[in-house]
Amino acid sequence: MTYTAAKPPLPETPEQLRARIPGWGVDLDPADRPSSPKLDFRDDLTGAHWEFPDRQPEKYPRERSMEHKFLTPVFGTASPPRGVSGALRTLSYRKFSEADVAHWLILMAADRVDSMGSSFTSVLRGKPDNPITETGILGEFKARPIRDRFGRGRADTKHQWMDPLIVTTPWVLRAGVVYLVAKGLRARRD
Amino acid sequence: MRAMVYRGPYRVRVEEKDIPPIEHPNDAIIRVQMGAICGSDLHLYHGLVPDTRVGTTFGHEFIGVVHEVGSSVQNLKVGDRVMVPFNIFCGSCWFCARGLYGNCHNTNPNATAVGAIYGYSHTTGGYDGGQAAFVRVPVADVGPTLIPEWMSDEDAVMLTDALPTGYFGAQLGDIVQGDVVVVFGAGPVGLYAAKSAWLMGAGRVIVVDHIEDRLEKARTFAHAETLNFTTVKDIAVEMKKTTDFLGADVCIDAVGAEADGGFMQHVTTKLKLQGGSPIALNWAIDSVRKGGTISVVGVYGPVFSAVKFGDAMQKGLTLRMNQTPVKRQWPRLFEHVKSGVLKPSEIITHRIPLEHIAEGYHLFSSKLDGCIKPVVIPSAS
Repeated sequence: MTYTAAKPPLPETPEQLRARIPGWGVDLDPADRPSSPKLDFRDDLTGAHWEFPDRQPEKYPRERSMEHKFLTPVFGTASPPRGVSGALRTLSYRKFSEADVAHWLILMAADRVDSMGSSFTSVLRGKPDNPITETGILGEFKARPIRDRFGRGRADTKHQWMDPLIVTTPWVLRAGVVYLVAKGLRARRD
Repeated sequence: MRAMVYRGPYRVRVEEKDIPPIEHPNDAIIRVQMGAICGSDLHLYHGLVPDTRVGTTFGHEFIGVVHEVGSSVQNLKVGDRVMVPFNIFCGSCWFCARGLYGNCHNTNPNATAVGAIYGYSHTTGGYDGGQAAFVRVPVADVGPTLIPEWMSDEDAVMLTDALPTGYFGAQLGDIVQGDVVVVFGAGPVGLYAAKSAWLMGAGRVIVVDHIEDRLEKARTFAHAETLNFTTVKDIAVEMKKTTDFLGADVCIDAVGAEADGGFMQHVTTKLKLQGGSPIALNWAIDSVRKGGTISVVGVYGPVFSAVKFGDAMQKGLTLRMNQTPVKRQWPRLFEHVKSGVLKPSEIITHRIPLEHIAEGYHLFSSKLDGCIKPVVIPSAS
């Protein structure tokens, strides 16, 4: 038992486990597992035929963490920064390191500005957002929404309905406050 | 081409986008045959990952056929059927040279704390993902691997992230023969971690969740004991009772940032007052024995979380964690799949045409219709 040196007995012997569970113990030796040791120098470089990769052409000023010495030789080009959200993202990367929580909070704010602004511009571009199809809510009709959610001991059904509101409302309110402050400052200046 | 695009929290749609061009001499363009939605994609979908831009295509689990290669690609040719690990890695930096492919320093300019991942926000490098008809695969001589002829598409797509991550999670637990292993989370990664724990000689495996369909899968697929945490008053006491008050030898957190089970933790995470709801991690700290090991493969956000660090210190715990170096796991996992020890596709519950991906996200996010693992099929659209 626990209050003596012996370990509490297990319900099944290794032989019983081997008989019941396919493959029981095939990776028994901790030293013979793929991620052992943690740092395992690789001579083959996994197919890399370079000491340092060729540099990808930088077609627009690519934002990067200030904790990097330079722009990495390979990078993604999806969704370059644009508009107000892009200015916020650029500010965040230029002024704050990853270690500074301001970096991440500004990026989150930029995400919400991007989302709200894109909903607005989608109308102008003739491809308006459709909350019915984009939220996938129609999938409810292919499921058993009541039976799957209730009476089954699920912990998440208490908050699931309010999650989209919790995520978006504070950012909308903050945007409103910023707007009102800017409006006030402008009126004062005039 | 048709591609899923993010529109804002809880909103995605399918749009027409340009087929991605070659941007770097070692790029390949892959025509996607099958992708999957990962539980960690839901963090993006819920708007919890910083620098997730409107217009980005998600998807870091996919397989496909090589459509085009850049001028320096030597190991792939057009028409090859390939599987692509979720890590984008150079193979030659300090970290890759030591096998830490999830921590590559040459492919993510946006952050040094995290490696590059397909379709996972600009925080992981700003790459579009594979929930689309085509995808750009950088460093094509290093990441992708030919799919063996004997391997099915569904097994192959599970090998791009979920199975290696579960298997890696079990390895991080440093399991020795006879260990009692508790896995928090019965999603795909948790199921694979539980199954993998047996391969490493576990004496008992207990899976904790609150979704009955998933717990049933843990019993049938992973041969595990199960606990629905909503049926007990206190997880820590329950775990002590079931281990004769010793505690588990190893606990694996296969949940991450959006763990359920505590209202305030949940709300503060949604408000981004912390990087993730550490309920599962705190339960792991409470449930493991003194001197035990905790493995974390659940994903958390980049800022602080309210973790019971003092208890972890006082108990002398070993905490191990990382993004999985997928390709490092493949040779062994290929053996296990070929021999029949692992049957990864058994956890797939939904096969969704790309055009219906918004409904797929909703079902998966809301855990409806017994959804455990949805795969996405672009050609079915």
